[in-house]
Amino acid sequence: MGKLLRFLVLAAIVAAGIGWFLTAPDDLAEGFAAGHTPDAEAGALVFAAAGCASCHSAAEASGEDKLVLAGGRAFASDFGTFYAPNISPSVEQGIGSWTFEGFARAVTKGVSPDGAHYYPAFPYTSYAKMEAADVADLWAYMKTLPVSEQVSKPHDVGFPFNIRRSLGGWKLLFADSAPVMADPLSPDLERGRYLVEVLAHCGECHTPRNALGGLDRAAWLTGAPNPSGNGRIPGITPAQLDWSAEDLVYYFESGFTPEFDSAGGSMASVVENLGKLPESDRVAIAAYLKALP
Amino acid sequence: MKISIKSGLTLGVATVLIATASVAGNHASAESKAVAARNAQMSIIAYSIGVLGATAKGEMEFDQAAVNSAATNLNKMATLDPATLWIAGTEQGAVDGSRAKAEIWSDPDGFAAEFEKMASASAAIVGAADAAAVGAGLGALGGSCKACHEKYRGPKN
Repeated sequence: MGKLLRFLVLAAIVAAGIGWFLTAPDDLAEGFAAGHTPDAEAGALVFAAAGCASCHSAAEASGEDKLVLAGGRAFASDFGTFYAPNISPSVEQGIGSWTFEGFARAVTKGVSPDGAHYYPAFPYTSYAKMEAADVADLWAYMKTLPVSEQVSKPHDVGFPFNIRRSLGGWKLLFADSAPVMADPLSPDLERGRYLVEVLAHCGECHTPRNALGGLDRAAWLTGAPNPSGNGRIPGITPAQLDWSAEDLVYYFESGFTPEFDSAGGSMASVVENLGKLPESDRVAIAAYLKALP
Repeated sequence: MKISIKSGLTLGVATVLIATASVAGNHASAESKAVAARNAQMSIIAYSIGVLGATAKGEMEFDQAAVNSAATNLNKMATLDPATLWIAGTEQGAVDGSRAKAEIWSDPDGFAAEFEKMASASAAIVGAADAAAVGAGLGALGGSCKACHEKYRGPKN
């Protein structure tokens, strides 16, 4: 009996050790973005495509004020309410004291500079495939933005989701970095895939999630319940949305549907962002959506 | 057949309940009528913007009278008195077909300000001289649609 108990205790320690090891935050690859000269102007487009301001600007911000990344917007979910943090270049309250490596690890691995996992309300599972040069350009641009001294609000998340380490397990289960639309693709579709699946992170809202909040990639972009309340986020595959590619492009630049309803809700700022991109990007996104099964 | 007092009462109450339910079913509530009226308002808006949009895109030949009519009607839709349309208890979730967010009632001034932007953006299109001018006006008008729908309209049901 004593032997069995000793064995069980040992097994538990080993299992805990393996668990601790498996849930450890990932490091950034050596030489990330090495040899690339950061370009803040190009970073402004990455910033728009990635929709950073849509979540990180102050709740009532519009127009130029959206460039003040003070944080504070609330995101209700089944797991609690998340508050977007201050990511302005403030040294005290924002990310002004971060290194580029710390920033790149945060964006592509979902790990804070002090090694804690971020909640996937921050769409790093999409950003994971962001090109290193784009991350570097984005960093260069974000350093030029106005400083806000707004103090970030802690998330309102209950047990057990408040154990950050458990997010390591979540990442193991759900952070799948394989592209959804398989190769080989034409250059236009490849750009569209990069915009939809990575930068613009469309799947984060338009794809349903399982009980633990992992994306159901088999139901990619087929629509999902609104995590923050009433209504549904619509499906945008050709089976659910019969708009032509031209209709989609017109929607992305004007916000008008073919029936001249207008974009609203969270999609209003997506349209605002897409309008800042070159026309070819809007065409590429439309091509990608039309190529979905 | 013997019916006890208790079961007789139950039957009576059930009959009244069914009768009430069918009356409620036949006559739309004040709330759902208000929502239907607002949806009609939005239909006229979408129809009128459709005329301007088709003109701007070149799908419809530029027709000064049609542009003026559509823009004028948009202006009228933007200046309807809200009191009988946006009545309390008609937010999304409370009435079928409503996508109105609670912010409409918690922030009535902000909501009214969005309609004022729509009123001035539509008035600016009256008299537009060509399709390009309609397109430029439509840009501002579309901005007001988006801004209002961003803050005050929920996603599709």
